[in-house]
Amino acid sequence: MSADAVTSLVVNGATIEAIERGQGRPILFLHPGIGIEANAPVLTELARGGRLLAPSHPGFGTSSLPKGMTTVDDLSYFYLDVLEQLDLRDVLVVGIGLGAWIAAEIAVKDSSRLSQLVMANAIGVKVGDRETRDIVDIWSLMPDELNALAYADPQKGQRDYKNLPEVESIAAARNREATARFCWSPYMHNPKLKNRLHRIRIPTLFLWGTADRILSEKYGRAYCAMIAGARFETIENAGHFPHIEQPEEFARRTLAFASAAAPEAPRAKRA
Amino acid sequence: MQVYQFTEQPYYPAWNEHKGSLRVNLPNRIVDPKLAGDLFHRYYDEWMIADDLGFNIMVNEHHQTATCMASTVIVGLSVLARETKKARILVLGYPIGHRPDPLRCAEELSTIDVVSRGRLDMGFIKGVPYEFPASNQNPVGVMDRFWEAHDFIIKAMSSHDEPFNWEGDYFHYRQVNIWPRPVQQPHPPIWTTTGNRAQAKLLGEKGYVMATLGSGYATRPLYDSYRAGYMAKRGRAPGADRFAYLGLVAVAHDEAEARRRGELIAGYLRSSAIVHVPFRNPPGFLTVDDNAKMLRGMSAPRSFTKDGRPVNMHHGSVQDLIDAGILFCGTPDQVHDQIVDFCTYCGGMGNLLMMGHAGFLTHEDTVSNLEIFAKEVMPRLKEWNQPVAEVVAA
Repeated sequence: MSADAVTSLVVNGATIEAIERGQGRPILFLHPGIGIEANAPVLTELARGGRLLAPSHPGFGTSSLPKGMTTVDDLSYFYLDVLEQLDLRDVLVVGIGLGAWIAAEIAVKDSSRLSQLVMANAIGVKVGDRETRDIVDIWSLMPDELNALAYADPQKGQRDYKNLPEVESIAAARNREATARFCWSPYMHNPKLKNRLHRIRIPTLFLWGTADRILSEKYGRAYCAMIAGARFETIENAGHFPHIEQPEEFARRTLAFASAAAPEAPRAKRA
Repeated sequence: MQVYQFTEQPYYPAWNEHKGSLRVNLPNRIVDPKLAGDLFHRYYDEWMIADDLGFNIMVNEHHQTATCMASTVIVGLSVLARETKKARILVLGYPIGHRPDPLRCAEELSTIDVVSRGRLDMGFIKGVPYEFPASNQNPVGVMDRFWEAHDFIIKAMSSHDEPFNWEGDYFHYRQVNIWPRPVQQPHPPIWTTTGNRAQAKLLGEKGYVMATLGSGYATRPLYDSYRAGYMAKRGRAPGADRFAYLGLVAVAHDEAEARRRGELIAGYLRSSAIVHVPFRNPPGFLTVDDNAKMLRGMSAPRSFTKDGRPVNMHHGSVQDLIDAGILFCGTPDQVHDQIVDFCTYCGGMGNLLMMGHAGFLTHEDTVSNLEIFAKEVMPRLKEWNQPVAEVVAA
């Protein structure tokens, strides 16, 4: 993130960086393990639909890591504190990969401040049997191999690490370490989450970059089927990070879903 | 000086059968278990000879690898505790941060101390990067887990009056009361390894024996960090016995023969880094700053010659390795002089962890290597008065 676009939040003793942009209903953007860049086009696109808040999770980017925070469960409680502290209501939560897992963990605990959920190329549950790896072991791959599986166009994943400014290389190293902290084992999922997903009763959309070869579309559809009434839509020419490869389409689908799902009926039913 | 004979107990017959990785993902189909048994017996025989010759012994473990068949130190320690008579038996080391159950570690090590009649030196280590994909222990935060396991093992070994309770961040027990307790009280001597100056200072504060590997003529700053930590706590300099160094040793009466042996023993260094690249640096193994520097291509060389020339220990020639103080190689006089020169540079180094066998070195060559060293080098090293360098913390 570049400093000018970023605000700093202190929540429950942790100082985190967040990009804040736009006006209107709150949109909480939860980034995947690779973090989020302030100049990412998807943020501009999403901010057309409301007041966008895109934090770096604790331990990622320049956000601090409170002692003892070791699980996605911990991250979800942290974000519940964020929502409460900022008194955000009617929130559209948009998560990709790890961010979608966090979103699901938030929603199963307390979705009273949330109105819709968008989960893109989500991790977080175990679908196959114990000897079937649902999610490619990213830490056994070379960077080029990983990009070839993660992107429809692997060029999109390339970064000139050698010439990165120091602050960005430190953020990249922190993102890699933090992803492992939260996702190493059980690998990229919480065995408890599957049996809690019935608690998600807000409109939910799964967006799926069809060229993702880290996660299969079959995995995504099985995950989607665990949440009552959740929709599943695909995005072509995108892999594991559809918000990077197809930012306009990603934002268009997200905002269209949010406005279509906006009628009062679901919330009235809940009350 | 104390000298510990060390071999990684390699399954060297597989060294030419890999596709770019000798560790983690080399299929075990390649191992002939009968031949593995023959090799284990050979290595134990050589340690028995080392015991008779006046060496101490060092064992280690690695996992899923042809570079080292010992997948648990406890098996080797158990055999040697019973079979050897005089040698101190050093484990360097026991990767306690990877183990699920430090109570089991404390029980095993105490029993080995008892069976060996108090000859155990107890080295605890973080483990090399390649152990993490094998054990599946999260490399992130592993040192926190390591230190809790360490604290627990020490307490388990030194508490004798009633069971104690442990409810930590990583480990939980309700009635800790190990049987038998160790002979060496309060516990066997603790050793560990590091390549990091902040950690070296901490180890100095604790007064543990600190070992380094491959650091050659870049060792002194690490030792001086240790000295600073040690002196800050105690007001006096640590003796040479607080320092250990793993050196490859190839000695023969004829220099050409010594170099031939050196070439074979250097096979350890040349094989040890042959591993699928992503397993070499799992996330969290290095610090964020070190990883950020690596991303920017700014990784500093690790090994240097006495005159400051960087040497890659995995690819360097025998002469490079000699110049860098990684391999001590030559006639008995030459090897003696190289070791004394190195220890003088270190400001004192009292425990030579001698890799006297590696890779394709035959049994006959290994025994000859040990015999010549024991008869013609070791007595002079034992008589030599080590320097005791002082460093006061800044």
